[in-house]
Amino acid sequence: MTDQRQSRYPGYDVLAKRHSASWNEITRQAIDRRLAVPREPRFFTEMEWLTLEAVCRVIMPQPDGRPAVPLAAYVDLRLFEGRGDGYRYATMPSEGEAWQRGLAALEAEAQAKYGRPFHVLQPTDQDELLAQTQKGTLHDPAWAGMPPATFFTHRLVPDITHAYYAHPTAWNEIGYGGPASPRGYVRMGLDRRDPWEAAEAHPGEVAAAARKNARVG
Amino acid sequence: MRDYGESEAVDFAVVGTGAGGGPLIARLAEQGFSVVGFDAGPWFRPLEDFASDETEQDKLYWTDRRIVDGENPIVMGGNNSGKAVGGSTVHFAMVSLRFRPEWFKSRSLLGYGVDWPVDWREMWHYYALAEQALKISGPVTYPWGPKRPRYPYRAHELNGAAELLARGAEALGYKWTATPLATVSAPRGLSPPCVYRGFCRFGCSTNAKQSQLVTFIPRAVAAGAEIRDLAMVGRIEAGPDGRVTGVHYHRQGRWRFQKARNVVVAGYAIETPRLLLASANDRYPDGLANSSGLVGKNLMTQSNQAVFGTMENEVRWNKGPPSLSITEHWNYDDRKDFAGGYCWMAQGPLPIEWVTVLTGSRGLWGEALRREMEKYNHQVGLKMVGEMLPDERNRVTLADETDQYGLRVARITYSWGDNDKALIQHALGRMQASLEAVGATDLFRQEDDTNHLAGTARMGNDPRVSVVNADCRSWDIPNLWICDGSIFPTTGGVNPSLTITSMALRTADRISRLAATGEL
Repeated sequence: MTDQRQSRYPGYDVLAKRHSASWNEITRQAIDRRLAVPREPRFFTEMEWLTLEAVCRVIMPQPDGRPAVPLAAYVDLRLFEGRGDGYRYATMPSEGEAWQRGLAALEAEAQAKYGRPFHVLQPTDQDELLAQTQKGTLHDPAWAGMPPATFFTHRLVPDITHAYYAHPTAWNEIGYGGPASPRGYVRMGLDRRDPWEAAEAHPGEVAAAARKNARVG
Repeated sequence: MRDYGESEAVDFAVVGTGAGGGPLIARLAEQGFSVVGFDAGPWFRPLEDFASDETEQDKLYWTDRRIVDGENPIVMGGNNSGKAVGGSTVHFAMVSLRFRPEWFKSRSLLGYGVDWPVDWREMWHYYALAEQALKISGPVTYPWGPKRPRYPYRAHELNGAAELLARGAEALGYKWTATPLATVSAPRGLSPPCVYRGFCRFGCSTNAKQSQLVTFIPRAVAAGAEIRDLAMVGRIEAGPDGRVTGVHYHRQGRWRFQKARNVVVAGYAIETPRLLLASANDRYPDGLANSSGLVGKNLMTQSNQAVFGTMENEVRWNKGPPSLSITEHWNYDDRKDFAGGYCWMAQGPLPIEWVTVLTGSRGLWGEALRREMEKYNHQVGLKMVGEMLPDERNRVTLADETDQYGLRVARITYSWGDNDKALIQHALGRMQASLEAVGATDLFRQEDDTNHLAGTARMGNDPRVSVVNADCRSWDIPNLWICDGSIFPTTGGVNPSLTITSMALRTADRISRLAATGEL
């Protein structure tokens, strides 16, 4: 997907603060591990992985012109490591099983409706199938009793979007300050910005914002 | 730290080291009792162990398996459950409020819920002690309720989000104040003043937060208590005389047994009933302390709905503690057509929390979601903490499936009642009016959130309809005690932690008194 819009926070890179007083050592280690996520599936099969990657592209489309956040890899990692939510809806299977069943069901729905695998469908068709999942209007036997809407709202969307907004690339996009230990913040009131926070490009002030953003580190 | 042997009975084995267990362990040890505090989670050192990161700090939460059902299943995990020495106080938002006095007699005075077996004036005394122990930073005068002492530390300055709450409240004619918070506004011992990182709900990496880790746990250790971390208590043993004799716990790969003359359960409103139910034996087939049949019942959460909007201003709501200002207006106004009360506070969700709101409440995904998220620094919100009424159908039971220790997992069943729904709708309407008054646009409601837990082992004056007496002592088993939010008969319209801690301080005094008169 192309995205020609001007960034709200031109030139802001939260990673420039990596060696500043905003990052402590354990934060550096945690973010380093995150950026080094293995890009191949260890929980999912090859087929599931293809479907998952396509689902991620629809749920969280990413602009061209920068490296994409490897969302499928984070979903896989979490399941591979067995990290749970701490609760499960009585109508839902465990995290891993929900994903396996959900991806298989999306694949079955794609085959039934379009006669092709989910990952090669037109984006609009992928969109449509996911919208129906959200509405709970899909009924292929492959869902095997798992409510599609619950899977979509409480498993599929959170796992993908949480992975995205845990990534420095997403923090840059929304102008989020990111790690803040030990320095924290000083200027607390409305319309106040600390020099180590992202500067927003208000109309006519794009270059000024870019200059400020070059100095957040 | 002192080490106690397993075969020699300690005076007290306390299961849980959070807002209830922590103060009790410290106060019992300070009175000369031998005490071991057990916690299923690790003992973190915040300066070395806490990252400034939402995802990394998942390690603070109770993420073991649990099943939720009912018409309004409760979201567990980071929302309300800690698995660490210090319990949920390691990641709580530090909001430290007193109950309205009438809530301790809500049945008699306000016509709903059930009365507590304690008098508010006594609680007022313990609230003051708790506020001193935690060096609460709060306003010079608190606008609601009877006179209270000054808060020990000055209030924190407001961030943009808190300022907007204040403006909205004034526009509607409601009082507001800086929120009393358990994070210091000036140095205290090894705690530096809060530096306004805004990661409070993910662990305080500077130790400004006055969690159990920097308050009662060090006091407990200094007084000779032992804190045994990574120790999951799975069963309380009861002897032939019906008294409890100690706890079975899992540590370093095997089950062990600690002898104790008294056992205190302080695991919060899910793990406490789970442990009591799982400790059933021939003599107590329905679980310990359960002759009333009420263990696990009357679970309460608190309504935690919100209204959000967008400002022209840069709010940058992630800076500072998330709830820097508050209005308790509707906790002290009884001209309402429903029972109970609520407060609301300013909000400052970090990106993952925020995307959860946008996807959960508005069903957004795709490009629409990405564009909404870009407004992050312009968002503003108000979030309620509302009283939900006790209802026996809301409960904790044991499911058939087991967790990593081989223990049956908790099944948590919850449905809102008509009163709960009426209260929520009232609050949403008032919060929306407040945001409209400050010029926020694109308003939307988060209708489904809840937070905090209470109930499941209520205290009372009658053994037929309560689990523990006013001393938090089991009616059935005299050397078994409960010291956490489980004992709440009603949950009030404010965050519960200060009441849990105050009640723990009171329980320690009661135990001391009973010991002195040979009634232990």
